[in-house]
Amino acid sequence: MGRKILFITTDQQRYDTLGCNGGTVARTPVIDGLAAGGRRYERAHPQSVVCMPSRSTIITGQHPSTHGVWMNGVALPADAPSVAEVLREAGYRTALIGKPHFEPFLDPFARFAENRFAREGMPVPHRGFEHFEAATHGGQGFLHYARWLAANHPEAVGMFYPVLDMALEVNAMGGGQTGAPQAWDNAIPKEWYHTDWVADRTIAWLDSLDADDDWFCWMSFPDPHHPWDPPRSEIGRIDWRDVPLPAGYQEDGAAREAVLDGKPRHWRAWYDGRLVSNYEAPLNWVPAQMTADQVREVNALNAVECELIDEALGRVMAAIAARRWDDDVDVIFTTDHGEFQGDFGLLFKGPYHVDSLMRLPLIWRPAPSTAASPATITRPVGLVDLAPTFCTIAGLSAPEWMEGHSLPVDDGDADARGFERVLTEWDSALFGVDVHLRTITRDGWVCTAYLPGYSHDGTEGELYSLVDDPLQQVNRWDDPAVASLKSDLLADLWDHQPVQQRPLRRIESPV
Amino acid sequence: MTLGTVRHHVRIARPANEVWARVGDAAALHTWFPGITDCHVEGTSRTITLGTGMQMPEEIITHDHLLRRFQYRIATPIFQFHRGTIDVLDMGDGTSVVVYTTEADPRTMALAIGGGTAGALDELKRQLEPNEGAA
Repeated sequence: MGRKILFITTDQQRYDTLGCNGGTVARTPVIDGLAAGGRRYERAHPQSVVCMPSRSTIITGQHPSTHGVWMNGVALPADAPSVAEVLREAGYRTALIGKPHFEPFLDPFARFAENRFAREGMPVPHRGFEHFEAATHGGQGFLHYARWLAANHPEAVGMFYPVLDMALEVNAMGGGQTGAPQAWDNAIPKEWYHTDWVADRTIAWLDSLDADDDWFCWMSFPDPHHPWDPPRSEIGRIDWRDVPLPAGYQEDGAAREAVLDGKPRHWRAWYDGRLVSNYEAPLNWVPAQMTADQVREVNALNAVECELIDEALGRVMAAIAARRWDDDVDVIFTTDHGEFQGDFGLLFKGPYHVDSLMRLPLIWRPAPSTAASPATITRPVGLVDLAPTFCTIAGLSAPEWMEGHSLPVDDGDADARGFERVLTEWDSALFGVDVHLRTITRDGWVCTAYLPGYSHDGTEGELYSLVDDPLQQVNRWDDPAVASLKSDLLADLWDHQPVQQRPLRRIESPV
Repeated sequence: MTLGTVRHHVRIARPANEVWARVGDAAALHTWFPGITDCHVEGTSRTITLGTGMQMPEEIITHDHLLRRFQYRIATPIFQFHRGTIDVLDMGDGTSVVVYTTEADPRTMALAIGGGTAGALDELKRQLEPNEGAA
């Protein structure tokens, strides 16, 4: 009998939403407890800041250029490499419960397998998962949660925020108490909400296993990704009026705009409502019109969702303890990418490679039976390193197709094994607007090169000191004092850039 | 109007007339369009059944055998505008190019429908070039 693996992902969760990472709004005692007994990573980055490419990196252990899912709406082929398949072949029982998003959700023809399983069943393991129950952000659609809700609580299907508007664009409609975009008063009982459903279905699957089974369970919560529509009964946990404004939000509009003007032009263009380059933000929302109270309410609702996740995880951990597995279970908690929550006057996400979107929570609580020492790891790591880490836990060698390396157990291990840099890439092409970024984070700096595109001629970039400028407000790309440093970072970026798979895979859908 | 346009094409190693015989058969769309499970034509009205089980009414607006052009519009309220255009072009060397264009408002639907049309062209090529392998 080997070590079992509980892998928890959330969707679009910031580093600073956890108490163990300094967060002060949400209470996250379960995750904080895992961090206290395990390894807490302070500089974990995604290889893409949107869902489908990032999740494809997690399962393949490859950068987006290699696995080919270069933007949302591009499908990961069903036969793409999968760490779940590696584990399954090694005898692990495998499950994915919650949000998959390796294939497009907006699929009117039901061409993609993951949108058919709830209706047609899954005759053979998919991507290495023998068990697959899917959910996403609301009560509508083709996935298991939507079908469960429609069958058991049909009155609740329409209680969620409508993620898309009548034109099928990401909805800009305001709600809540401040009119914040995608804030919503959701009357659904907590027990029917997708966070609890994911935990319930995870517990049910674990209960179906034999005591001596080895297992890998990817529990994938759709929250705290917008819409911010947690159950009404829970909103009172945090009064938005008491929530401090994020450090990255400048209340003074002129100061905010001055910071944006120091960045490549698509930042300010989005803020002013002149350019929405990607489908991940509402087309008809103008960030410049967002109020401080709206920022507070979004942060409050987001924190409520984080608390619900923490409590749901607590229930799963209790179920694991009830099976007397807890000494042999490795628990890894992370997310796929981050989120603007008022920083720079923005919400949501897009081609913006700063800590808001790139600095992720990552906790690895090794199985207590290993007697591993707790550690805080400051060196850069990536989600690309997760797949080989699962292999290490299972006692397997990482296949050659994995580009990452098993996560370091401490900074000494990181230094010994060359964890010096982490790469993040962005490509998008939507209705004539294309954006292309390549980013390296190393030595306390984050450096982003812009390739030619709709708004950029290829000479632009961003360079920030993470030490002196933790909020990335002063773009030093054109600062002669750091020209040599920039040159070195760019050389390292291009030296380590994976070769992008060509031709690019087809865009199948917006998301 | 926020019109979205998506265009896909495929080259098929078969004469244009042979390709048009498939593409121009309005009632046979489901035989080469993955995700469409049934297709029924009455006059200029066509009803397709999607893989989700949903039925979608369409209006045939061009069916030109000389030009080898087929155009239709999806007639559901979600669309402010839709036009699908399939052209079969004779390349003069015994091969042809099929161009499938989707124009739609809302523009998002052009992407969602357009992804399906690209898959359809792949399938058309696979069926018409059985010895050539998939696109």
